[in-house]
Amino acid sequence: MQKAEVNTIDAIPVRRKKESQIVMIFKRILRDRGATIGLIGILFFVFVAIFAEQLAPYDPYTLDITAMLTGPSRAHWMGTDELGRDVMSRLIYGTRYSLALGVLGSLMSFACACVLGCIAGYFGKWIESLIMRICDVMMSIPGTLLTIIISAVLGSGFFVTLIALSFGGIFNQVRMLRAQILRERGQEYLEAAEAYNCKKTKIMFIHLLPNVVSPLLVNLTMGISGTINAAATLSFLGLGIQPPTPEWGAMLSGGRDYLRNCPTLILFPGLVIMIFCWCVNLFGDGLRDAMDPKLKN
Amino acid sequence: MYRYVLKRLLMSLVVILVAAVLIFTIMNVVPGDPAAALLGDDATYEEILAKRQAMGLDGPFMVRLGQYLYKFFIKWDFGTSWFYGTPIINEVAVRLPRTVFISLINLFISLAVGIPVGIMAALKRGKWQDRGVLSLAMLFQAIPSFWLSMELILLFAVRLKWLPASGIGSWRHYILPIISGLLGGWCGNARTTRQSMLQVMRDDYITTARAKGLPEGRVIIHHMLPNALMPIITMVGGAIGGIVGGALVLERTFSIPGVGTYLLSAVNNRDYPVVETVTILLAAVNALSMLLVDLTYGFVDPRIKAQYVSSTNKGRRAVKSAKS
Amino acid sequence: MSDFLTVKDLVVEYTSGGIPIQAVNGVTFSMKKGSVLGLVGETGAGKTTIAKAIIRVLPDASTKKCEGTVELDGQSILDLPEKEMQKVRGDKIALISQDPMTALNPIHSVGEQIMEAIQAHEEVNKKEAMAQGMELLEMVGIPKERFLNYPHEFSGGMKQRIVIAIALACNPELLLADEPTTALDVTIQAQVLDLIMKLKEERGTSMILITHDLGVVAECCDDVAVVYAGQIVESGNKFQIFHNPSHPYTRGLFNSLPQFAGEDRRLHPIPGLPPDPSRLPQGCYFSPRCPYADDVCRSTQGKLTEIEPGHVCRCHKCQNRKEEGSI
Repeated sequence: MQKAEVNTIDAIPVRRKKESQIVMIFKRILRDRGATIGLIGILFFVFVAIFAEQLAPYDPYTLDITAMLTGPSRAHWMGTDELGRDVMSRLIYGTRYSLALGVLGSLMSFACACVLGCIAGYFGKWIESLIMRICDVMMSIPGTLLTIIISAVLGSGFFVTLIALSFGGIFNQVRMLRAQILRERGQEYLEAAEAYNCKKTKIMFIHLLPNVVSPLLVNLTMGISGTINAAATLSFLGLGIQPPTPEWGAMLSGGRDYLRNCPTLILFPGLVIMIFCWCVNLFGDGLRDAMDPKLKN
Repeated sequence: MYRYVLKRLLMSLVVILVAAVLIFTIMNVVPGDPAAALLGDDATYEEILAKRQAMGLDGPFMVRLGQYLYKFFIKWDFGTSWFYGTPIINEVAVRLPRTVFISLINLFISLAVGIPVGIMAALKRGKWQDRGVLSLAMLFQAIPSFWLSMELILLFAVRLKWLPASGIGSWRHYILPIISGLLGGWCGNARTTRQSMLQVMRDDYITTARAKGLPEGRVIIHHMLPNALMPIITMVGGAIGGIVGGALVLERTFSIPGVGTYLLSAVNNRDYPVVETVTILLAAVNALSMLLVDLTYGFVDPRIKAQYVSSTNKGRRAVKSAKS
Repeated sequence: MSDFLTVKDLVVEYTSGGIPIQAVNGVTFSMKKGSVLGLVGETGAGKTTIAKAIIRVLPDASTKKCEGTVELDGQSILDLPEKEMQKVRGDKIALISQDPMTALNPIHSVGEQIMEAIQAHEEVNKKEAMAQGMELLEMVGIPKERFLNYPHEFSGGMKQRIVIAIALACNPELLLADEPTTALDVTIQAQVLDLIMKLKEERGTSMILITHDLGVVAECCDDVAVVYAGQIVESGNKFQIFHNPSHPYTRGLFNSLPQFAGEDRRLHPIPGLPPDPSRLPQGCYFSPRCPYADDVCRSTQGKLTEIEPGHVCRCHKCQNRKEEGSI
């Protein structure tokens, strides 16, 4: 009798075999039209960044005094800037700087937030209060202001700007992560890990982090567009990366003085920033829905 | 309740104090000598030394920090600008109203547009209105705000010559900054509102309300909206910090002489007292608005109000039992 | 006496991320005035959806299809314009929902929520509504001093009493009670159930009681309909179902109850899981779990067959036996 029962259970064609979570998320993203467009757009920009040398029609630094501030023409599709440099080539090379700033800046603050958040959430007690109070203080200063001040203190330059950009984003993420960990802290798998004498760092990063990190991951994606925007704003305010580096924001800031003479000089960098950030946001939105389908309905 | 407010006020004060220490420290580890920078390249060593003394840069760090905090928080002396030589508070008093005016108007209209649009999108979920709002919001979120401002200047001021491009003077000067702020600000509000509404719409008490036979309008206004308000309030609290930052950029783009341009020129001139004072003031504004947000929660949601009351009661009880 | 409520070929389909979910697949039943019909079945069988379709509070966005006929006192519910439907909801049909913890709006006082239900259908001023509301509270056993308290200040059982008070505010003719006691402690369950039954008796209300608890059915219901995968697989009056369970699923339900008498101390659960409503099996929906299933069962669906007056069963085996004349 018992054996027969077991057989009937086996015979039931229940669900498909469970796919790995990453494959499932990826499939869901591909089913979402917006997210797919976003993904293709991002891949396109990555491609441009990698093959900038091959794609750019001119050298981004070569001056040409015979053709300054020309509008779009057959020779220069997006025109030339005040020193006669080809805007399109500069935009293509600028992809490297802007993408690197956006991705690295977001990754850095994400990584710092993970470490701080895990320490705060897992250890608790005075370490937690200390970290959280630091977050309170930091968040009392408006984000843009913090970035401006740090950037002003550290000066201009790629790595320095990177630090300034990532710094402001850390604290909000620490808060999110800690809230998530608090919910998870009582779970038994953590007790189990402790019971077999697992190292604390291993518990934190191997056992705990993967279970709490998903809201931050979505945040990370969206953060890239925010960081690129912030980098552009910094350059515009006269901080961060400065001309002649062909960073998108720096190009915008340089074009500002020629608003009346050559409006296309700010049009194209702005459009490129907009398109890239839009792709990232589309993808991030799709990623959120794919990671947590419940939220969608 | 009062105890809770008092407790939170004290906490905010501590936060502001620590922020002040932090800012002062950051500004003092900056490489380079502000005195030398102020005097220019042809100043002699003696001149620089004298200037340093005059600027109060020569004591040990801890002493200067103590003096600074004492002056700032006890005597309410906000310092003097190195660059202009005028008391900072005078300058701020003239400029702050402009910044606050622009910020408040921006906050208000981006809420006034964003919240209804978000509600509409949530109610029309999945239909073309919803998709349109979402795509537009996403697009506007991707646009660098200052770029949009510049394109607006180009269109309305340079090409059409309808409006002034920069500066202040008449009400017409404020139109472009406000439109820029609105275009950049509504989308986040709309998205948060939509998300929050969608979450509330699934709740059981909405089914209960419908099952009572209430008209749909009443269900929305009386049952959905107040519950969806919590994340919206949080959003407003968070937005205040962002709006201050946004005002910086707006002021710079439209050359409005507000606190933002003051701060930015101070940053470029290494006018540290100005940077410190303005940052601390803005942090204080920010902390106070966060406190206001927390208190608003209590008014909207009786559960949270109960928490506030009970947490302070618990504190009192603990004190009593410790005494006895 | 003619039927008070008739539901015919009710089909409800949801959609989730483009995938159709067949929650209710052709449900037909009727009930008489003043009687209690028990809808029994596992979680996810579509019982709640049936109730929500009758009172028409299915979520707009995800409901793709809601077809069939629902007639209450000769009035076709599904065809009513929304404005007319608002007059029916709460006044003629009322709903007690599953989880009292979430059924009340947390930011309005319970008094407001009761008054709202009264004022939606009766032309009364605030004072009268308040008086009536307090009366309702007392009726469900809550002191009227607590009229202005908020939901979070009540226990689960008390909240469910308040939900009941709201549902009964306008003396509905039909009460849909969706697992009214599932979320409560066992000791409170009996109290709340007794309260519902007592009030129902006093007012002559008809009731559809949704539950997965056969004990509750035995105590409260006149008629029983067993729901499986959005279909009624067997229905009849309480005695027919309890004494002569004919569908293999119904038998399985009874078998899975713990038996206190006799030698056999094992539990006999129904093997397998209820089918995923987005991927219903071919043929009889129960066939993958049915110990008697054969090839016919796996390829075609059975029809509802009357095996004794008023007792119908959707099973090929019963159909065959009837055709052979062995019943």
